[in-house]
Amino acid sequence: MTPAVEVVDLVKKYPKASGNAVDGISFAVRPGEVFGLLGPNGAGKTTTVGVLTTRVLLTSGTARVGGVDVAADPVGGRRKVAVVPQRVNLDRSLNARQNLVFHASYHGVPRRRRNELADELLERMGLADRRKARIDDLSGGQSQRLMIARALMHRPEVLFLDEPSTGLDPQARLFVHERINDLRSEGVTVVLTTHDMDEAEKLSDRVGVVDHGRLLTLDTPEALIRSLPGSGALDLTLGRDGRGEQQLVSLLTGLDGVERAEPVGDPGADGADLRLRLYVTGVPSELLAPVSAVLHEHRVPVRELAMGSASLEDVFLHLTGRELR
Amino acid sequence: MTRAEPLRPTGSRPARAFLAVLGRDVFVTGRELPSFLAQIVVQPLGLLFIFGKVLGELGYAAPGYAQLLLPGMVALNAFLVALQNTSFPLVLDFSYSREIEDRLLAPLPVSWVAVEKMVFGALRGMFAAALMVPIGGLVLGGIDWELGGLLFACAVLVIGSFSGAAVGMTIGAAVPPRRINIMFAVIIAPLMFTGATQFPWVQLDRLPWFQVLCLANPLTYASEGMRGALLPSVPHMTPWVALLALVASCGLFGALGVHFFLRRALD
Repeated sequence: MTPAVEVVDLVKKYPKASGNAVDGISFAVRPGEVFGLLGPNGAGKTTTVGVLTTRVLLTSGTARVGGVDVAADPVGGRRKVAVVPQRVNLDRSLNARQNLVFHASYHGVPRRRRNELADELLERMGLADRRKARIDDLSGGQSQRLMIARALMHRPEVLFLDEPSTGLDPQARLFVHERINDLRSEGVTVVLTTHDMDEAEKLSDRVGVVDHGRLLTLDTPEALIRSLPGSGALDLTLGRDGRGEQQLVSLLTGLDGVERAEPVGDPGADGADLRLRLYVTGVPSELLAPVSAVLHEHRVPVRELAMGSASLEDVFLHLTGRELR
Repeated sequence: MTRAEPLRPTGSRPARAFLAVLGRDVFVTGRELPSFLAQIVVQPLGLLFIFGKVLGELGYAAPGYAQLLLPGMVALNAFLVALQNTSFPLVLDFSYSREIEDRLLAPLPVSWVAVEKMVFGALRGMFAAALMVPIGGLVLGGIDWELGGLLFACAVLVIGSFSGAAVGMTIGAAVPPRRINIMFAVIIAPLMFTGATQFPWVQLDRLPWFQVLCLANPLTYASEGMRGALLPSVPHMTPWVALLALVASCGLFGALGVHFFLRRALD
């Protein structure tokens, strides 16, 4: 089966830039898959999507959507894709419904069909009562939904979503997530870029983590989390009883099977309880007994001891580091 | 393609996308008609009234000057309206509104989007020029044109509008958005005054440096072409030279405009 998206050794160097924005990325997205591209700001994910949606000219390598080489046949590529950008780029000279209808007309959808489709999608995106609204009168969430509706007007094979829920309130975010799940069940291939870990973990079948223009890893969220050294974890809340944080940490990291211990949340005052997360190399439950034994032995008051699990965020930080971009 | 596409049997052709994009601009013009009319009528009407009517009535302008002025004003409106309607929306599109992105992602070559912008700007210019004729007749109380030159004058207006749109594309795609406020002062105003709209270019021989300067402005050829066709008694540039120069300016600025447009539209 032809991959919905195929990128091979993709390189993009912007004129005047010192390094490559995209530096040899390769991946393939299966038809019907929801694929997440994850990375810090400036990692190269938006550039990669820009190449695939024909707005950015590649320097070398190959990029295909629906089997069409976008560098050789950008017009053919544009027929296959739709883009929901991060910033609102709706046509302010047109009302909400006209934005959908004119978009479809650019793509050659026959008049009757595009009118039906516009009403159908406005309904589905919860915008039926806003069909005649001016773009400037729409809220952020409504604009976002309208852009998704617009993208679906020409029945694209691949839908690119750039940071789909940045700046949305929780309700709007949930609504967008549900619509993305609908698309998956309809077999539309979705590529989303995000730095929201929960979103990526929740929506994506597979995730590629990009940084400094390179693909660091690519797998299902579950497999990525499992692959993290110390992927299981124990969450502890301890009374200090005059002990320093360092002392407690070294006590616990001395145990076999504990990879590392990290304080969680605010450090708090010296007298306050200490919350720690222990990353373990094996199965977390096997460490319950040794941990409580060593704490008991040293008379450390245990307020809480629970099994936690690593998240995609842990994977992300492990791969891309903690320094600010 | 072997895969059936029942949704859009003929829809994938770029020519059809081009017409749809043009259709959008025409539709929007219909919605914004009052502001568009204000834009194309007020300024030339004022110029025509002051130079053609007021100065004549007060005795500061020679009799017949008003008639000399009208073809130049028609040319000015064609050129300038085309220029402004191509350049201003483009500057906004590429900076603040990003509205054009949806059309850049339509299934047609990006350069065609630039061409569509120019075609549309030129159409607006032609409309504005046509509207100047009855307005001029009203303000000046009659028009005294050689009707045999009408066809040639129309050709000059059509090509002059395209030339204005091409210059507009070049400016709109080349001027950074933060410079838009000085665009009028440093580009449009000089174009208005070096375009031989208010004076016959041939008679500038006493100001040779200015005469040469005016040659750099495509509007000069439109004005001269109009007067040559409609007022053959006024000294004028050889009509076919004016027409050829206009065609050349369309080619030059059209190519330059598309080049700048592609640079802005694609990273």
